[in-house]
Amino acid sequence: MSEAVIAVALVWVAASGTAVVLTRDPLRQAFVAGFFGLGLAFLYLSMQAGDVALSQIVVGAIALPLIVLLSLAKVRKGRE
Amino acid sequence: MSRRARLVFFAVAAAGLAVTLGVGLAGLPSFGSQLTAYARMLNELASPQRHVTDVVSAITFDYRGIDTLFEEFILLAAVAGISVLLRPLSDESRQLPEDKAPNRKIPPPSPAVWLLAVLLSSLLTLIGLETITHGVLTPGGGFQAGVILASAIYVIYLGTNYATVERFQPDPLLEASDGVGAFGYVVIGLLGLLAGDVFLSNVVGLGVTGNLIAGGTIPLLNLVVGVEVAGGFAILASEFLDQTAVIRTERR
Repeated sequence: MSEAVIAVALVWVAASGTAVVLTRDPLRQAFVAGFFGLGLAFLYLSMQAGDVALSQIVVGAIALPLIVLLSLAKVRKGRE
Repeated sequence: MSRRARLVFFAVAAAGLAVTLGVGLAGLPSFGSQLTAYARMLNELASPQRHVTDVVSAITFDYRGIDTLFEEFILLAAVAGISVLLRPLSDESRQLPEDKAPNRKIPPPSPAVWLLAVLLSSLLTLIGLETITHGVLTPGGGFQAGVILASAIYVIYLGTNYATVERFQPDPLLEASDGVGAFGYVVIGLLGLLAGDVFLSNVVGLGVTGNLIAGGTIPLLNLVVGVEVAGGFAILASEFLDQTAVIRTERR
C-alpha cells in the first residue's frame, strides 16, 4: 500500500517537474512550480519525512512564489 | 572560445559528470532497504538521551547542532546580501505611487477580503506558534515556524495595502529579530562552554519526555531559530515589496 503511494508521488514529481521546464511563460511557470512543490512535499510525506515535507511546503508555497511574483511585478512595471 | 571548442569542453564535462553521478547512484542503498546503522542508533537513543519524541529535532538542534548554526549564518548572510542588493540605487528614490486622479474615491478592499485576511493572518500566527512550541514533539520547528509567522504579514498586505503592512513591520524590529535570533544560537552554544563542557552541548535540564518543554537546549534553539527566520523572511518580503511598490527610477 505505502509503495503505491510512493509510486504515485514519484510519477507526480516527474510529470510536474517536466511541466515546469516546458512552461515558457514565467508567470504560469510560478504556478506550475507551486504544483511541483506540492508534489515534492507529498513525496517526502509518503516516505515519512514529516520535517522535510513541512520545510518544502513553507519554501514552495510561501518563499518561492513570493520572490518570483514580486520580481515579475517589478520587471513588468519597468517596461511600462 | 569557438563553438567547436565549447562543444568539446561541454562533452568532456558532461562525460565526467555522467561517470561520477553514475558511480554515486550505483552506490546508493536499494529502494526500501534497511535503515543504516547510524539511523537505527539515533532512533533508539534520541528519545532516552534527549527526552524528545521528534528525532529529527534532536539531530538538527543537538547531535548536529553545529551544522544548523552554520545554516543560520548562511540565511543571515543571504538576507543581508538581499538587503544590500535591493537598496534604492543612486538613480532611484522611494516614493509612494502618484495618484493621477486625486478626486476619485478609491474603494477600500471588500469586507470579505478583509475578513479573510484577518482570519488567515491570525490562524497563520497561531499555527506558527504551535509549530515552534511543538518542535520537540512533532515534525516542525524553528525554521518552518519562522516562515509561517512571516507569511502572516504578507496576508495582511494582500488584504489591505502597503501603508498598513508597513505599520506591522517596523524595519528596526525585523533587523533586530534577525540578528538577535542568529546571535542567540551562539549564546546558547556558549552555555555548554560555561558549564565546562563542549560548545553546543545540551546542559539545560532535560525535563520529562512528551512534555511541551523538554529536551534541554533543543526548545530554546528552536525558539531563537524561529525568531531569526521570521525576521529574515519578513525582511526578504519587505525588500522585494519595496522594489515593486515604492522604489522607482528617477526620470532625467
